[in-house]
Amino acid sequence: MKIPLIYNIRSVRRRPVSTLATALGMGLVVLVFIAMMALSRGFRAAIVETGSRENVLVVRSGADNELMSGLSRSTAQTIISMPFVAKGPEGRPLASPEIYVLVSLERLAEGDALVVARGVSPQAFEVRKDVKVIAGRMFNPGAPEILVGKSIVGRFAGTEIGETINFASRDWTVVGHFAAEGSAFESEIWGENEQFMPAFRGEVFQSVTFRMYDPADFESIKQTLESDPRLTVSAQREYNFYANQSVLLTQVLSFAAIFIAGIMAIGAVFGAVNTMYAAVSARAPEIAVLLTLGFRPLSVLSSFLMEALVIALIGGMLGCLFALPLNGIMTSTTNWASMSEVAFAFRVTPDLLLRGVIFALAMGLIGGFLPARRAARQPIVQAARRP
Amino acid sequence: MALLEIRDLSKVYQRDAQRIPVFEGINLNIVAGEFLVLMGPSGSGKTTLLNLVAGLDEPTTGTIRVSGAEVTAMSRRDLAAWRSHHVGFIFQLYNLLPVLTAYQNIELPLLLTHLSKQDRREHVMTALEVVGLSDRADHYPRQLSGGQEQRVAIARAIVSDPTLILADEPTGDLDAQSAQDVLTLMQRLNDEYNKTILLVTHDQRAADRGHAIMHLDKGVLTG
Repeated sequence: MKIPLIYNIRSVRRRPVSTLATALGMGLVVLVFIAMMALSRGFRAAIVETGSRENVLVVRSGADNELMSGLSRSTAQTIISMPFVAKGPEGRPLASPEIYVLVSLERLAEGDALVVARGVSPQAFEVRKDVKVIAGRMFNPGAPEILVGKSIVGRFAGTEIGETINFASRDWTVVGHFAAEGSAFESEIWGENEQFMPAFRGEVFQSVTFRMYDPADFESIKQTLESDPRLTVSAQREYNFYANQSVLLTQVLSFAAIFIAGIMAIGAVFGAVNTMYAAVSARAPEIAVLLTLGFRPLSVLSSFLMEALVIALIGGMLGCLFALPLNGIMTSTTNWASMSEVAFAFRVTPDLLLRGVIFALAMGLIGGFLPARRAARQPIVQAARRP
Repeated sequence: MALLEIRDLSKVYQRDAQRIPVFEGINLNIVAGEFLVLMGPSGSGKTTLLNLVAGLDEPTTGTIRVSGAEVTAMSRRDLAAWRSHHVGFIFQLYNLLPVLTAYQNIELPLLLTHLSKQDRREHVMTALEVVGLSDRADHYPRQLSGGQEQRVAIARAIVSDPTLILADEPTGDLDAQSAQDVLTLMQRLNDEYNKTILLVTHDQRAADRGHAIMHLDKGVLTG
């Protein structure tokens, strides 16, 4: 690499319009790539952060999700009374046998969507330390009261404090809103499990979540629970349980990001090829001079590749610039694993930006190669005499 | 011993079944410090001969030796390295890189050497001084007149102190006064710095500056 980089940078600056047009094409591809990856990341983060590594989630053996599970009252009681379940300050087990149902709510925008209604024990907020009431108050035991996750507030009818929502043939009064550090819990409605159970005419819980005394004991706890002849359950770390629920959609979104951006990239690469061929053709006499002076064809090749990379870098940075404002924007989708609506934020992280720039550079490298090779291989003799 | 030895040199273009000879069986010796002018009508093959000497083109048959090294036997890669040390080339159209300053243009050949930045600076400033453009170091080609551009190109050709200077119609695109300045400069390079020069031209005033004139016409070289 002996031909000075300044030669390429200044050459790029001499044709700002075609440089910018090419860079813009790449920038848009990078934008789409980062946006879709940020979507996938955001979704994954919301689902994964739902679970804690200190908690165990128990469902019926063979159930992939809470919806398919059913645990009898006695099963739940057996689990809760196990010695490895942590106790709260008042000596009560830090456990929450939960009802998990999907209810259809009216969206303020249009149409209905399925939302998770979770019946929890009063200990649920101690089991899950990240869940906090941020407005209003906690529901009272024995009352038809509910808390609404903050992602749902304002997106569905009747979610403001003091309003009522009707499901399971009853009116439920919203007494508070809760936050859960951006996790999927924020897309749920929580009420008391003992209120939800009769309302949904069931005699079973869907899951039991409890805090372990010592999270390091998980393997032996799992072993104890799953081999207990009185129970037919499967136990997972709460974190892993929710992480598994995000796998399918995350993979689909990541695949779509790469597939769609990949197709767009082909167009952008052609743009780069075009621009670089034009540059090589217009500068044939200059290339001839460099070769005459004794610069090797390989130097010429790398010099023009470098030029394509300079344009690609501009494109990559433009793409990052376009993508940055997406960070934090809320959106929602149906989680295929639970069939419920989950709200989450786009996550534009530094490593995604870096990937976007690398993606752009790859486009530059591919688009620049053939023109650069033509530059390196061009016959010197005729070109030097062209005005 | 001659600095440049050309033996039985032929260049023949083959177009389909047609054989188009440019010249055949050319022999030429140039000794060190000579200023040889090569004249001839357009299309006589002067530039082709010059390109062959510079290793920019391959002959059909024959050999070219410069300081004993056989140019015609070198690979393309070796030729590039050889050219950077032994040949200073001056083009009719100056061929400066428009995005680089005069200084940066002249520095280009030195980027192929192992000289330090400071040493390169000294060489470039000396070359600029020789061509009388020390005050134009930071000018871009578009800010220079044609004559000044060609002088910068000459500075670029001499900056690495090559064995041989090859000039292809260096005054072909210049007005009379600029042409005289450039020729005077080339004569000085020969007289004062003992540079060996092979000048291709069809300008008689340019030819008069050389020690000897050869004519290339219809494929035959005559003295």
